[in-house]
Amino acid sequence: MKLAAAFLGVVIASLLTIAMLFTAGWVRPPILSTQVGFRGLAMNQLTTPAARSKLELANALPEAVPPAEPGGPLAVDTYKNVKVLTDLTTVQFNTLMAAITTWVAPNEGCGYCHNTDNLADDGIYAKTVARRMIQMTRHVNKDWKAHVANTGVVCWTCHRGNPVPANVWTNGMGWPQAGGFATTNYGMGHPDAANGSTAMTQDPYTALNDKSVIRVQATKALPANSNGASIFATEQTYSLMIAMSQGLGVNCVFCHNSREFGQWPESTPQRLTAWHGIQMVRDLNGAYLDPLKTVLPASRLGPLGDAPKLNCATCHQGANKPLLGVSLAKDYPELGGTPAK
Amino acid sequence: MSAFENIYTQVQVWPEKPELGVAGVPVEREKGALFNYLAGVVGNAQIGPIYLGTLGVLSALCGFIAIEIIGLNMWASVHWSPIEFVRQLPWLALEPPKPECGLCVLAPLNEGGWWQMAGFFLTMSILLWWWRMYRRAKVLGLGTHVAWAFASAIWLFLVLGFIRPLLMGHWSEAVPFGIFPHLDWTAAFSIRYGNLFYNPFHMLSIAFLYGSAVLFAMHGATILAVGRYGGEREVEQMIDRGTAAERAALFWRWTMGFNATMESIHRWAWWFAVLVPFTGGIGILLTGTVVDNWYLWGIQHGIAPAYPHLWPPVIDPAATGAVQ
Repeated sequence: MKLAAAFLGVVIASLLTIAMLFTAGWVRPPILSTQVGFRGLAMNQLTTPAARSKLELANALPEAVPPAEPGGPLAVDTYKNVKVLTDLTTVQFNTLMAAITTWVAPNEGCGYCHNTDNLADDGIYAKTVARRMIQMTRHVNKDWKAHVANTGVVCWTCHRGNPVPANVWTNGMGWPQAGGFATTNYGMGHPDAANGSTAMTQDPYTALNDKSVIRVQATKALPANSNGASIFATEQTYSLMIAMSQGLGVNCVFCHNSREFGQWPESTPQRLTAWHGIQMVRDLNGAYLDPLKTVLPASRLGPLGDAPKLNCATCHQGANKPLLGVSLAKDYPELGGTPAK
Repeated sequence: MSAFENIYTQVQVWPEKPELGVAGVPVEREKGALFNYLAGVVGNAQIGPIYLGTLGVLSALCGFIAIEIIGLNMWASVHWSPIEFVRQLPWLALEPPKPECGLCVLAPLNEGGWWQMAGFFLTMSILLWWWRMYRRAKVLGLGTHVAWAFASAIWLFLVLGFIRPLLMGHWSEAVPFGIFPHLDWTAAFSIRYGNLFYNPFHMLSIAFLYGSAVLFAMHGATILAVGRYGGEREVEQMIDRGTAAERAALFWRWTMGFNATMESIHRWAWWFAVLVPFTGGIGILLTGTVVDNWYLWGIQHGIAPAYPHLWPPVIDPAATGAVQ
């Protein structure tokens, strides 16, 4: 009995150890820590050499397209059916088309958007989408400097050689449930990459496509009325913040002093940029991405019929500055980027 | 000597006949007892005879119903997949009603109704077990210390799931059932109410919690250390101090300057343990009802220190008009 018990104990301990070794998601040291706040507040950003090289590799720049020579006739006079890029010269127009092909459809080529027998034809839905996306890019570079500054964005920022950017979201169906009178849990209680493997909502991004209130903390010490944010609303915000920090490859204290998340005077300046980022994403999803559901084929839509939309990861892709801060837009004034002085 | 330094119990008592209880307790205790080696490794080797009685049976029944409601709803939330039930078990939840429900008597089953029922039966189970604990102590001629300690834990449980939601006017304020769900609730609760660390009753609760752990370890270590002098006969040594009590007392006087007695250490430990959920419950009860943001409350009362900022003042962009 004694021996059997000891043997059983050793077997169980070994199995648990093996399970832990292969499932715990270890991070290989050394951990590199960068202090961002006052000393002693544990406001540190953490990474590892491996994660850093992976990030650098993922943010390699695309093949450069030589800049357009100035002058010459306008594209709108040279080509038929030019509706958006009416301000570009023919040379600029062609340069931009070549760049877009490199950025968005390097394998598919011009034919991904154009009928190659008649480039002016609007028959392929991707061309309609591309027009709208060019307008969106110009809108971002011109009107959202509060978020993108003079760094700006180009197609590559999100697409990275993929016709559909790798990080987009649609409204989810949630985990398949028995339904009927069994609990729904409002979409909570299932681990998901988007919610950071918590038991909170699987759809953390919905607040990026509506005007729901993100702020949940009381702004006064004592209760003003009984209509403060619910715990449910708090968990929605919590999931959104987890999704944001994953998209940016940072932790909470990149923007917040975690001793009080809501207080602006306690926060870092990055929180301002992030705040404008949320406003920007809401604007872009509402005005540009969501309306594309009438243009996109059913295969491109989400399970609930909505168009793929943006979140922080769409551009950021795990870097707190997309492309690690390199500005491609400065070389493409055609997209509304601010040229380098 | 190694007998007192092993993590397992080294001395197991296997009497020829199982202990059958004390005289005067009106329970048949002739059958149903057995000895088990593994049980003896951590405690008494004797298991049984098991006595439940009316309160015990009712409590077990209510507990079974509660666990059944919780478990079946969790299983339904993965469409009855046994594999996913096991894989996602730590995440699976039974959430309370949504805020719109307020204090509705019975929410729709799929939106918190099951949570209400599970909560009712779990509470009944716990209260019945408390009653049973009190009555068993009385029947056995004991003090009711254990029942009152359990009552302290029940106080925290009721504050979290019943009293505070009642005061807030929303069942949605209560804790969901589930392993990670209730932990996520805890984190969200602290964030919503401006960081629970600035709640003085949370501070007290933590102090008593850590204090309990330290007292428990110190007491266990001391008694094991004087076990070779019969120190484990603590109750006798309270009134008739033997060499074990004298040596233990001298040791603590030399190493700490002050010491408990064989009696007082148990009173300390009992109060420390009881005050953990008692003060914690007060802290939870005040949160949202009396104080809405503990950090700001801490600033007002000078308990939250200010730190230098390493950047220009950050001002709420929404304060200039836009609302987020």
